[in-house]
Amino acid sequence: MATASPVTDVDARHDYLLRLGDDSLVLGQRLSEWCGHGPVLEVDISLANLALDLVGQATLLFEEAGDGDKLAFHRDVLDFRNCLLVEQPNGDFARTIARHLLYTTWQHKLFQRLTQSTDRFLVEFASKAVKEVAYHRELASEWTIRLGDGTGESARRMAEGIDWNWRFVPELFEVDEALQDLIGQGIAPDPRDFEDEYRSAIAGVLAEAKLEQPADQRPILGGRRGHHSEHLGHLLAVMQFLPRTYPDATW
Amino acid sequence: MSHDWPLWEVFVRTKGGLAHRHVGSVHAPDSELALRHARDTYTRRMEGVSLWVVPSAEITASDPEQAGELFEPAESKIYRHPTFYNIPDEVKHI
Repeated sequence: MATASPVTDVDARHDYLLRLGDDSLVLGQRLSEWCGHGPVLEVDISLANLALDLVGQATLLFEEAGDGDKLAFHRDVLDFRNCLLVEQPNGDFARTIARHLLYTTWQHKLFQRLTQSTDRFLVEFASKAVKEVAYHRELASEWTIRLGDGTGESARRMAEGIDWNWRFVPELFEVDEALQDLIGQGIAPDPRDFEDEYRSAIAGVLAEAKLEQPADQRPILGGRRGHHSEHLGHLLAVMQFLPRTYPDATW
Repeated sequence: MSHDWPLWEVFVRTKGGLAHRHVGSVHAPDSELALRHARDTYTRRMEGVSLWVVPSAEITASDPEQAGELFEPAESKIYRHPTFYNIPDEVKHI
């Protein structure tokens, strides 16, 4: 904890905890939508496990930022700071895997660097979470390769999945003033430092999957400022319904 | 989809020094994903430190019809059981 920091730093740190936490929470909620609907039992369990890892990460980050339940269940769309990629609908299994590959490859590289942060909480958090994310990234890569280099239909669906999610990649490397401030203090890693590494890692998986890398599209930004796609509102409505309707409910 | 996938038998070593034990089976398209499915299905609650997966089709099983000739002859040979020794309390996993 940076107890002696000026107020602006505390705000920037709080905002950063929400960015990381909202990414994990929203992606975890998305994956949990597969529960009971997975293409096969084994994949159903596997996706639910990934979802639980992510919700666990969000819990740690929110508890550090304040009242975890309040942050998860009592904020509106505009207050969420997740990137647009993680809120995109599941689509079919291939599109879910494409989203997971593109996000967790980034998250893995970020968390690896976050273990060197000057912020003690973030170091402890990242040291635990980086192992979970390494598994997510490997699993998503394995599935991308199998579907891409599989049947005609699986290859077509995998290519469509990558295409759909591709325009949300540039946002992952966006650095605004708040983030720049934390980078300056050594609290947050600069994502631009690993953009080349990220792009060649993704290119490697796509090549092994015998998939074309999509042409760069017009990037869509804004999630970190609370400008979300319509999809996030629907996701939050499902996720927040119960605690908002019965505020004192316990289980 | 899973109908096309072969079945794999899963063995988990619960801690160093113990043998891998059969815990169940998973469907998977190949051995690498079978390991991941086994991890996600059978070691969610810290049950293991090591995993084996074996194609179920590679297992040769004894014929239940032959159970009599295979196993009954052992029934009358009580002297084969080491029941005449006292096992110290400190010795586990026997």
